[in-house]
Amino acid sequence: MTAIMQLSFDVNGAPVVVEVQARTTLADCLRHTLGLTGTHLGCEHGICGACTVIVDDAAVRSCLMLAVQAEGTRVVTVEGLSGDDSLTPLQAAFRKHHALQCGFCTPGMITTLHALLTDEPFADADRIRDVLSGNICRCTGYIPIIEAALEARIAYQGKREDGRR
Amino acid sequence: MKAPSPMSPNTYVGQPIERVEDLRFLRGRGQYIDDIKRDDQVCAAFVRSAVAHGRVRSIDATAALAMPGVRAVITAADFDGPIPTIPFRRPNPSIGPYAQPVIASDKVRYVGEPVAVVIADTAERAEDAAQEVVLDIEELPAIVGMAPAEANEVLLFEAAGGNVASVFVGTLGDAAAAFAAADRVVRGAFRTQRQTAMPMETRGLLAEWNATTSHLTMFGAAKLPFFNRRAMAAMMNLPEAQVDYIELDVGGGFGARGEFYPEDFLLAFAARRLGCPVKWIEDRREHFLATGHARESACDIEFALRSDGIILGARGTLFSNIGAYVRPNGITPARNMVQFLSGPYRIPNIHFEGRGIVTNKTPAGTYRGPGRYEGCFYCEQMLDLSADKLGLDRLEIRRRNLLTDADMPYRLATISPSDGAAETFCDSGDYRSTFERCIIESGWAEKAQLQGRLIDGRYHGLAIGNFIEGGASGPQENARIDVEADGMVSVYAGSSAIGQGTETVLGQIAADALEIPFERITVLHGSTTYLSEGWGSYGSRGTVMGGSAVIDAAQGLIAKFRGAAAIALDVAEKELHIANGVASAPNGRSVKLAQMAGLSCDGSFKNSKATYTFGAAMAHVAVDPKTGHVAVIDYLAVDDVGRIINPLTLHGQVTGAAVQGLGSVFSEELVYDESGQILVGSLADYLVPLATDYPTIRCVSLENYPSPNNPLGAKGAGEGGIIPVGGVVLSAVTAALQSLGVRPRELPISPPKLWALIQQAAQA
Ligand code: FES
Ligand code: FES
Repeated sequence: MTAIMQLSFDVNGAPVVVEVQARTTLADCLRHTLGLTGTHLGCEHGICGACTVIVDDAAVRSCLMLAVQAEGTRVVTVEGLSGDDSLTPLQAAFRKHHALQCGFCTPGMITTLHALLTDEPFADADRIRDVLSGNICRCTGYIPIIEAALEARIAYQGKREDGRR
Repeated sequence: MKAPSPMSPNTYVGQPIERVEDLRFLRGRGQYIDDIKRDDQVCAAFVRSAVAHGRVRSIDATAALAMPGVRAVITAADFDGPIPTIPFRRPNPSIGPYAQPVIASDKVRYVGEPVAVVIADTAERAEDAAQEVVLDIEELPAIVGMAPAEANEVLLFEAAGGNVASVFVGTLGDAAAAFAAADRVVRGAFRTQRQTAMPMETRGLLAEWNATTSHLTMFGAAKLPFFNRRAMAAMMNLPEAQVDYIELDVGGGFGARGEFYPEDFLLAFAARRLGCPVKWIEDRREHFLATGHARESACDIEFALRSDGIILGARGTLFSNIGAYVRPNGITPARNMVQFLSGPYRIPNIHFEGRGIVTNKTPAGTYRGPGRYEGCFYCEQMLDLSADKLGLDRLEIRRRNLLTDADMPYRLATISPSDGAAETFCDSGDYRSTFERCIIESGWAEKAQLQGRLIDGRYHGLAIGNFIEGGASGPQENARIDVEADGMVSVYAGSSAIGQGTETVLGQIAADALEIPFERITVLHGSTTYLSEGWGSYGSRGTVMGGSAVIDAAQGLIAKFRGAAAIALDVAEKELHIANGVASAPNGRSVKLAQMAGLSCDGSFKNSKATYTFGAAMAHVAVDPKTGHVAVIDYLAVDDVGRIINPLTLHGQVTGAAVQGLGSVFSEELVYDESGQILVGSLADYLVPLATDYPTIRCVSLENYPSPNNPLGAKGAGEGGIIPVGGVVLSAVTAALQSLGVRPRELPISPPKLWALIQQAAQA
């Protein structure tokens, strides 16, 4: 149970080599081994979505994935989606619409929506609600989160026209 | 009416200022309790009782102690002398025997009660070892329902002699005379289910002991750090000055988080014993067992009515299932139901008794709108029963009994035994104003034709309910403002943050009071290191009380600035003109507040009078009789908060609370079996609202009736959004199903329960 394994992967654009226990989740590896504490744990059961990170372009619950399963992948966390000083259009829309209160669910909302809008920049409100139904927010009642996501779509539509992916 | 405000002309208060907190939260830079660690820290895991009621025969930690990395296993045997008990927020002579020892010694009384603490070098190892601690507990019969508990079928506390831990009586006028004079008496019995607040961040703490200075620091404080410091100091036998509580970012509170829990003390005890920092992060399953429950209540009450629907009086009994012990706030719901059941309605004669009953369930405490949500639910159902019995329109009976301007200040039921807030008065407002606005804003006139109709296989129902929300509870809050070396201004406040935007709203208030740009202000709050005394954020008080203290500090600082500027500019104080953070002398010379590094002023606000936000909510539902599913077609909340500090954060509170309330109505329930085992243990079976559930919540906030009780004119507004939800939504459901004669009497109205009631009615 305590076997130590070596893991190489790419985190937020930089190659990383770490040693983890076989049983360590990707979430614990990111948070505790790499100090990327923006990824939060609300349930560790795969239900709340707070721990969502992007693995090879797909939104993934890092509490349900073992760190060793990330070998060779590209992982992006909320820190990797943030500029140093300014907010991204999605983050700015969250702030404008007051789509966060305690902020605990927020990193998972940002990563989930980033993955969705990158793939589907024209997602409508129903589609956004559907995808976000795997992310629990106890504070906001979701309405401002949906408004923020709808507003942020335009920034992703541009990217798609630039021929991304 | 004008706000009694000393601030003129304000530029920030009232504006939708984007929150300063968001800049770190959105980039993953918040710092919550699990985000800090110490190099020499060890981790704790709790061994909890798996039986609901039993006698502890033995605890064998031999195997656990032999496991790698395990540093200690602490049990009751490690305490010399009596085991400390969890403090009460509202002490009262009857509840003493029902206090919870911080660790079980002879008896366990609920599943989840801490019996031992394992300390190891990592959390994983502590959790592994906790599973190897062997508990030998002789099972006793458990009691989970309030009726058998009240009948003392099994005693939880033999020495106390009964399971009713507290009785509150609320009285106003002469209830007996009112019932004697009534044209009609209506009686009703209703129930609300057991719930929990369920913040998205579980609890967690890091206890750090400094052996050189005998100083304890608790990281992860929330809600009321100063009260908890006082309690911890007494329990640890330390002077208060040797204990500090440090607030980090907090992932939601809603009443449950930040109360003093057994784990808090055990972590501090372990840190002192082992001489190194001890950290614990609750896991979600543990949260269901260990964090305070709430809301399980029942009533059996009567309204005395005149034939025109005027309520003459109300009486009866209210029951609250407080679980296995009286926790800090355990009796608050029973107390609040008694005082606030009448809510916004003129009920001149009242005699209610509220009983707090112990059972073998996780101890209860407060959840957003404690006792007020339940009381509002009961009152609204009684109004519907009364209207239906008298043949009156359900809106008309409400209109006839709502309090008006002329009633203010209006005395609510007086509570005994007294707890410092036994007497309270509604402060200001015409409660018909939000009701009538709600009728207009919701488009009631057009919607009303849908009432009770079956359209495309669903019955439509509409209702409007009314509520009041107590806020700004006393006795006091403190603040200090310092001018820093770089000319920036630091505002320290006793209010704590639980996600509601404290830094932003207090910053807005300070910026206006000092007439300086918002960007120049940093708000620091919630830690005991900032101020010598403070209170915190509970009962919708953080903004009003903290904000009023900030205004006092700002006024004091300006006065000091005047004095210092007079010396600097060599003119008389009265010749100075102070505006926008600059003191100007008649000779044209001036000095800025920003140049006054070191200038500092304390402020405080004392208050024995609560504020009462009031409002109305409209629900439009459609019930599918084939499945029992209820769709919320429209939900509108209209409230009057006296003065809006920040419409963004205010709407956030109202909308978020309304959606929480819909979870209360339809899906959230902490289910127990007869042996006292809790049957829900994850967010997959405790169903909080999801993004797809309630897309149609609207709110309108007004500021027509400022509170006369504080300089802002503001009223607490963190709980009002949830208070009317149970009452108004069930009213809408009963309106929808009136033709079937279906009237649910308890929450939640989950699809299977409602379907069963519809089936029963069809067969009858
Ligand atoms: S922490 Fe991973 S889904 Fe909740
Ligand atoms: S902002 Fe608190 S849980 Fe979403």
